[in-house]
Formats: sequence, structure tokens, C-alpha cells
Amino acid sequence: MKELLTGNAAIARGAFENGVAVASGYPGTPSTEILENFSGYEGIYAEWAPNEKVALEVAIGASMAGVRSIATMKHVGVNVAADPLMTAAYTGVNGGLVVISADDPGMHSSQNEQDNRNYARFAKIPMLEPSDSVEAKAMIGVALDISEEFDIPVLFRITTRVAHSQGLVELGEPIDKPVKEYKKDTKKWLMIPAFGRLRRNSLTERIERLEAYSNQSPLNFIVPGDSKVGVITSGISYQYVREVFPEASVLKLGMTFPLPGQLISKFAAGVERLLVVEELEPYLEEFIRLQGHKVAGKEFFPETGEFNAAVVKKGFVAAGLMPATGINQPIKPEDMPTVPVRPPVLCAGCPHRGVFYTLRKMKLLVSGDIGCYTLGGLPPLDGMDSCVCMGASISMAHGIEKAVPALGEKTVAVIGDSTFLHSGITSLLDVVYNKGNTNVIIVDNGITAMTGHQHNPATGKTLMGKNAPLVDLEALVKALGVNRVSVLDPLNLAQLEATIKEELIADEPSVIIARRPCVLIEKKANPPVTVQEDLCTGCKACLKLSCPAISVLDKLCAVDPESCTGCNLCLQVCKFNALKKGGIVNE
Amino acid sequence: MNKPLNILLVGVGGQGTILASKILAHVGQFAGYDIKVSEIHGMAQRGGSVVTQVRMSNKVFSPIIEDGEADVVIAFEKLEGLRWMSYVKPGGALVVNDQAIFPVPVLAGLVEYPRDIPGYIKSKVKNAVIFDALKIARECGNSKAANVVLVGVLASLLPFSEDSWTKALEARIPARFIEVNKVAFQAGYALGLKAQ
Ligand SMILES: Cc1ncc(C[n+]2csc(CCOP(=O)(O)OP(=O)(O)O)c2C)c(N)n1
Repeated sequence: MKELLTGNAAIARGAFENGVAVASGYPGTPSTEILENFSGYEGIYAEWAPNEKVALEVAIGASMAGVRSIATMKHVGVNVAADPLMTAAYTGVNGGLVVISADDPGMHSSQNEQDNRNYARFAKIPMLEPSDSVEAKAMIGVALDISEEFDIPVLFRITTRVAHSQGLVELGEPIDKPVKEYKKDTKKWLMIPAFGRLRRNSLTERIERLEAYSNQSPLNFIVPGDSKVGVITSGISYQYVREVFPEASVLKLGMTFPLPGQLISKFAAGVERLLVVEELEPYLEEFIRLQGHKVAGKEFFPETGEFNAAVVKKGFVAAGLMPATGINQPIKPEDMPTVPVRPPVLCAGCPHRGVFYTLRKMKLLVSGDIGCYTLGGLPPLDGMDSCVCMGASISMAHGIEKAVPALGEKTVAVIGDSTFLHSGITSLLDVVYNKGNTNVIIVDNGITAMTGHQHNPATGKTLMGKNAPLVDLEALVKALGVNRVSVLDPLNLAQLEATIKEELIADEPSVIIARRPCVLIEKKANPPVTVQEDLCTGCKACLKLSCPAISVLDKLCAVDPESCTGCNLCLQVCKFNALKKGGIVNE
Repeated sequence: MNKPLNILLVGVGGQGTILASKILAHVGQFAGYDIKVSEIHGMAQRGGSVVTQVRMSNKVFSPIIEDGEADVVIAFEKLEGLRWMSYVKPGGALVVNDQAIFPVPVLAGLVEYPRDIPGYIKSKVKNAVIFDALKIARECGNSKAANVVLVGVLASLLPFSEDSWTKALEARIPARFIEVNKVAFQAGYALGLKAQ
């Protein structure tokens, strides 16, 4: 029986069937569900690491010890893990090692759309790219075999559409993979310069052998068609090409590093016009052009954003390969009313809301970070100035203060619990060590919320559902050398504002832990807030909270009893006492 | 089926579009088709628009439906129906739950929620079914079954046996909720047949 699996679930299944024993990762859309699925299988070990560098190092250790292992992360996570990745290419593996990078063309849920195919070339490690769930499951097995055969980690690159689309996949039985023996071999594993040089040469040799493999491998195959047009493509783009241009000859590349030069030349020789269809950068195109072939790609197909069949079709039309008609003309009437956008918002009752309302009210420079709380930067909350990468909030605030002390005086850094543990700790250490004066607010909702509520070292549970020691954030920041540490409830606006004021004046670094569980986790809601209409002036002050339960449509404030959780923030914002705690009307 | 059947399910996070797409995919798989389902998780789930695309055929390549190519668009909320209206192919159907969930810019009074969406949709799409699925679900015994009422309407528009839908409901819905959902499905199915 076939099962409908997302690409991520198929990867998890493939890892299970092919004997992966250890998996480590850090959540990040669109990669998160790989480990969530994998952790449910019998006889394996899976964990959330605090960040991607740690995750990859765990996987390298497992491989060295002799088992098959995977590390999973989103594309920007590979930046964090790049240090071990670059040198793991030198050491090679014992048990098969696969690094899964989930890229996000179009930035559905990311801060950039970097093309991680470049990492394969950069690190000199083989790369496989599936184009759907069926391939995702099968190719994980091939990746593990390649890793062991060529003594090298493999980069397994997927994109959002492959990760989150479902297809029918035939399930198989898990193979038995005995633990390989670990033999001490410092020339392989101890990367001091002298041994590193040896492994560097070995890497060149391994890549040469891999190139020969790539030319022979069934991962790269030709779909015969009209010899007038030859299309070289990989990943999800392959599906769009087949959808809109069934007549074309296609060279489908499943292994995109090292690229199969001979196969490409053979394919190019058999077609009149050569095109490359690939999302993001001209990665394949540049290689093919360097080989001396006349080829077109980014001339017709965009270099930014996500593809779909219409985009690919448009490219073929622009290349003069098909008429512009054929796609149904969608109805786009001129008199169509403007459709308001539906931007994501902090949930009703979200503990982050009060923090950003207060920071905005205090007109501070807010050095922000990544998580659900980044939504606090959208109007009308508008309570964040910057967000670059995980952990950057604290170090950027430190830089601001060192550069322009007057600006530093009204700067705070805001960071989530999972993000702080991911890469905020070293930033805070920098502040303390270099006598900075940064004020940090850790918005501690007790979970990694943005990516769908994963556990982290501050939640007391592991990925596999076991109890875990709970990191004591207060003790941790004190141990780093922060003396001024306070813990408060972010639903108490007066206390929040007073504490921030106090910490801004103090002449040393401080940490405010704004602690309250994510409203989606702790579901015990208070009765909904009610409006006493004779007191409401329609001033709209409550709207500044950007709460999806509050509206001012007919001149007066209304609170939706279905979505209101009774967090009572709005009570504290209303100057006319028009909002009442649930259950108490006409007090 | 050589040309894919394209069904687009649109709504707002938390409305149960995903369960509906699972039931539909189950029916398609039971009928022996190749299927692809696509949806984007992540940021959008925090109160944003959600879209699930289901394609089935003898062989499906692209997992996504293009503008103007959907056989049926089911909108769990009417503003989303308006937003995705153009995806209905000529001769295709648009099923709309006459429920309004205001986006934050509307709640904040910054932009207006369009007036008379049903009237507008009906003037543009010949085969539009617009009704209050929440009300029907409530009458069936549970307002949470509104998504299954919509599945019932969808079923009335598609070439699969009623029996295969019942089997899919049983496979996808926990036993303690199955009875009310079967009633909800039937109500939707009857409504869909009447509308045609
Ligand atoms: C290097 C890197 N890894 C992963 C992500 C994905 N990601 C963004 S925010 C986040 C976690 C946020 O959790 P937390 O800090 O607890 O904030 P919350 O969402 O709970 O408010 C993750 C995993 C990323 N953007 N960058």
C-alpha cells in the first residue's frame, strides 16, 4: 500500500528504512517535520540540538562511531553549521552521514533565500536533490550509500515545495545496518595542518571519483523527447518542466555536485537548443556554460522567488518555444473589489504582545531577533527596528552602544527563549566581557513556537518525549556575569514599563526575563473581556495592541468572545475603563 | 483521468482545511489515482491565509495549481473566496462558506472588508455555491463540522462514489466524532446536488 507522504515525512521514512541510527537537528521551516517524523520510529535516536552546528557535530560523532546519521536544518542553519561541514568533507565518515538542507525559495518563512547548492561546491561534498516525495525517500538511501562508498558527507538539498508537498510513496522494510567498527585513525580524524593537507588531497581524489559516478548514476537521467529543445533541470523545477513542456527532451539531474560533465555534453550534442530551468541562482547554467556549451537560462527564467508551472511556461514563451496561449486566462475583472491582505499576527492572548506594545510606547530602539515575536515588528505594534539572524539581537545592540553610546542608552535587545539558547548566550557573554551596557529582554514563552512548538533545553522535555533537565535561565545569565536579572509577567504592562525604565538607567548590562507560556500551549483561558459601551469613546487606543480579538468597526470597540483569551492587556490600555474583565460588567 | 483534477482549498488558519484535503486525497487514492497535495506551513499559520492544493490524475507532475486552472475552489471563508476566485477555470465551480473572519487591518479600521462578496462572486462565476456552512454544521450537531459540510458539497461536484467518501470519513475522523460528521457530510452533499 502506498502512503501519502510529505517530502519531509518521506525523508524520515527513507532514513528509517536505510538504517539511520542517530539524527540531530534544529527546527526551521521547511525542515522541521523531518525529525518530528523520524523521532516516531522504533529503535532510533533523534534529538533537537540547541543549534545547527551542534546538530551536525553530533551527527559527525555518530558517523565516526560507526552508525548512519543525519543532521537536519533549514538553509540558513547550514550557515551556522558551516564550520564543521567544511572540515567534515576532509575527515570523511565511518557510518554514512547526510546533511539535509531545506531551502526556501520565495521566502515563505525565512529571512533570505540563499541557494545552498553553492555549499556543495564550496565544501566539495556530493549533493543530491529530489524533486518529489518518491525520490526523497529513495534518494536518502542512495545518499547514505554514496557517503559510505566515497568516505564523504552528502548534502541533501530540498526546497519548500518538495518538503511540504505530498505524494504517494511505497513503504519498505528497514534494513539491518550493523555498527561499523571504530578504529583510531588520526590521519583521518585529527585535522591538524599536516593531516589536513593529506585529507585535502584525498578530497580532490574522492571528488574525481564522484564525478565519474555522477556521469554513470541513474540519479541523472535523460527523458527522451523532441530534439529541437533540450532542458536541463533539477529538483522541483523538473516537475514544472514536465507539466508544461511534455514534448521537450529533458536531462534531469538528481545529483548536482559533482555535475556529470560528460552526460551533459552528450545531451547537449543531441539537441538544437539548450536551456536550463532552475530556481534561484544560475548554478547549473554557469557550469554548463563553462563547459563551452551555448546555453540559456536566467535570460528567460527568474533568478529570484519561487517557480511554478506558470513561471516556467512564461520562460518558454519568452524563449520562443511555445505560444503564449494555452494557459487559461484567469478571470481578473476590473471591478474586483480590493482584497485586504491577511498578514500573520500574534495570536489573541500571546504573551509577546505587551512587550512590543510597551517598547513602541517608550520609543526605544529595539534590536530584534527571529521567532513568533518578530511579528511584534509589524504595524500597528511596530515594536522592532531590526532582525538579521538568530542571536543577532544582543550582539547588534552591543555594537550600537559601542558605536554611538547615546543611541545605546535607548536600545534594548529582544530575543526568544529558543533563540537565546541557539546563539544568544555567546552574544551576552560578549556584552558582559567587554563592559557593555546592553539591556536584554528574553521573551520566554517556554517553547519554540514559530516552527510549531518544538521542545528546547528550557522546556524540560526532549524530542523523543522524555523528561529533561530544565535550563535555569536566571542562573545561566547570572553565571555569564549579568548582575541585574529580573523575571516578570509580560501581561503586567505597568511593571514591564517600570522595569525597562529602571534597567535603561542602570550603568551595567541587564536581563529581563518576560515569562509566560505560549497561549497555544497553556490553553486555560480566562473569561473573555467585555465592553461597557457607554464608556467606550471609540478612541481606538486598544487597536494599537494588534489583537485579532479586538475591533473598532461601528465606532465602538468590540471584543470577539470566541477568540479572546482574557489576557486583559486591553484593560490596561483603555483610558476610559470601557473594557471589563470577563464576567464583571457594570462594576 | 489524463488531465489532472485540480482542487484548491482556501481558508484561514484553524478552519480545518487540512482535514478536508486529507479526506479528498483519501478518496482519490482509493480510486487509484496518482495524487499530489501541497500546502505551505510556517509563518502564515499565525492567523494568515492558508491554501491547500490537491491534484489527481494518472500521473501528476507539478504539485501546485495555476491561476485559472482549478476545477473547484472551496473557500472556507468568503474573503479568501474572493482572493482565490480567479483560480477557478472556465466552467469550474466555486464553493464558498458565507463566513467572515476579519483580517487585522480590517479590525483596525485601516481597510474595509469588501461588502457583498457573495453577490459579487455570483455575478462573475456561473457555478458558485455560497451558503452558511457553520449554520448547517450547528444544525447537524456541531459547528466544528463546518469543514465536513464543505467536503459534502465538494463530493456532489466530483465523480467519486458516495461510498468512497464515507470510507474516507471513517478513515480520517476519530470514531467519537464520526456520526455528527457523517450527518454534516450528507447535509453538504444534498445542498450541493440541489445547487446544481
Ligand atoms: C539559523 C536558523 N535556524 C532556524 C531558524 C528558524 N527559526 C526561526 S525562529 C525559531 C525559533 C524561535 O523560537 P523562540 O526564540 O523560542 O521564539 P518563539 O517563536 O517561541 O516566540 C526558529 C527555529 C532560523 N531562522 N535560523
